[in-house]
Amino acid sequence: MSEIPAKLRYTEDHEWVSVTDGVATIGITFHAQDQLGDVVYLGDFPDEGDGVEQGDVVGVVESVKATSDIYSPVTGEIVEVNSDLDDSPELVNSDPYDGGWLIKIRLADEGELDDLLSPGDYKALIEQA
Amino acid sequence: MANDSNLMKTPFCDLHIAAGGRMVSFAGWYMPVQYPTGIKTEHLAVRESVGLFDVSHMGEFLVEGPGALGFLQRMASNDVSQLEIGQAQYAVACLETGGIVDDLLIYRRAADRFLVCVNAGRLTEDWAWFTQNHSAADDCTLVNASSDFAQLAIQGRNGAAVVQKLTDVDLSAIGTYRFTEGVAGGVDCIIARTGYTGEDGFELFFHRDHAEVMWHQVLEAGAEFGILPIGLGARDTLRLEMKFCLYGNDIDESTTPLEARLGWITKWKDKDFIGRDAIAAQVKAGMPRALVGFELRGKGVARHGYPVWLDGEPLGEVTSGAMTPSLGKAIGLCYLPRDRAAVGQSFEVEIRGKRVAAEVVKTPFYQRPY
Repeated sequence: MSEIPAKLRYTEDHEWVSVTDGVATIGITFHAQDQLGDVVYLGDFPDEGDGVEQGDVVGVVESVKATSDIYSPVTGEIVEVNSDLDDSPELVNSDPYDGGWLIKIRLADEGELDDLLSPGDYKALIEQA
Repeated sequence: MANDSNLMKTPFCDLHIAAGGRMVSFAGWYMPVQYPTGIKTEHLAVRESVGLFDVSHMGEFLVEGPGALGFLQRMASNDVSQLEIGQAQYAVACLETGGIVDDLLIYRRAADRFLVCVNAGRLTEDWAWFTQNHSAADDCTLVNASSDFAQLAIQGRNGAAVVQKLTDVDLSAIGTYRFTEGVAGGVDCIIARTGYTGEDGFELFFHRDHAEVMWHQVLEAGAEFGILPIGLGARDTLRLEMKFCLYGNDIDESTTPLEARLGWITKWKDKDFIGRDAIAAQVKAGMPRALVGFELRGKGVARHGYPVWLDGEPLGEVTSGAMTPSLGKAIGLCYLPRDRAAVGQSFEVEIRGKRVAAEVVKTPFYQRPY
């Protein structure tokens, strides 16, 4: 698995975004899960149908050692929360870009996608850290 | 990685980095919080087989001379006179107020020779407290030997088998909280059946010059048991499952040993020690609170510093909390009023602005299955 897939966009909060038919799928990056360590719990997600603004806290990832907020990279409506994570939070570690996705949001403004980082910019971000 | 320029390093530091240890700042030391295996795997390795911990950041004081026992009797809450030669004892040192300066392991090496193992994060305060209370009249020497010693802990049900491969000393003759001085791995060691994980295992104290050779020998001897190096992250979850107190979290200068439910090492009825009068007065007046172990009944993870609510009122904070790798439950420790601290008591922990149900449970959370 590539650590920074070329087809995704990224945020400074170490989330990834993939857009299909106006719906953004959001997860945390390989780098983020690696820094957090073993993920043991995810929660505090909004309900399906809730509206969220770009920058809102839309959940929490808890590892054995750390708690990390998830920020919505976009404005829109929650379409789905990954229910597989209830029983298998470790998917965020083992499969961060696929089975470990967190939430799907129907975009209110596709222009916000321009705020996201390219794979190259994200690579530069984690290398300077 | 933490900026290591102002941090102290144990003699194993380069070995941690070579092993892929994620180095962090802990109590002024540059230490591995985990290795690439991850905290959960490390935790379970100790519970199921064996793990290797660098605990060289801990401090060692040597108290020696005709008055050594008397000096330690004054400094420590436990009855040091009960210690046999070759035995170790858990104790706390208290202020006059009864608040805890630090928790200690006292090893009796001879009738008048003791080693006191103290926490890394309290070394400066401990040394100040011990020297401040020590005078020529005590008729014993007090030496801070912390920078001479390296210390490794080999913990888990296969810990004895690993250490036995390195020594001719018959380890089966060393009981829990007993130790001997002998050669292991070609190095002069204190070989102690002590630890901070709830498992069987050994701690080895030896001169720091032998650190590298010892590290490699232990890992080689443990290879057949799947030994892993263990970082501070798993050290914390392992001790929490046992309700072993962590200084700075669960105990500090504002908590007395009785509040922390360390009455079993606090011999205020039997002997005098610094803080005894305050502790006796607290017993007479009624203990205000007690440290309890709890499980969350709702969702989430309770962590150090999260507010505790009882009867709709904020009451204090979670002192330690984690999702436990062995049990898969969110557990923690906190202080509750003494008359509300029984097993089954319900209360709430505020997690990110929401109050989540919690219940006092029996501790330790984990029971050794052998």
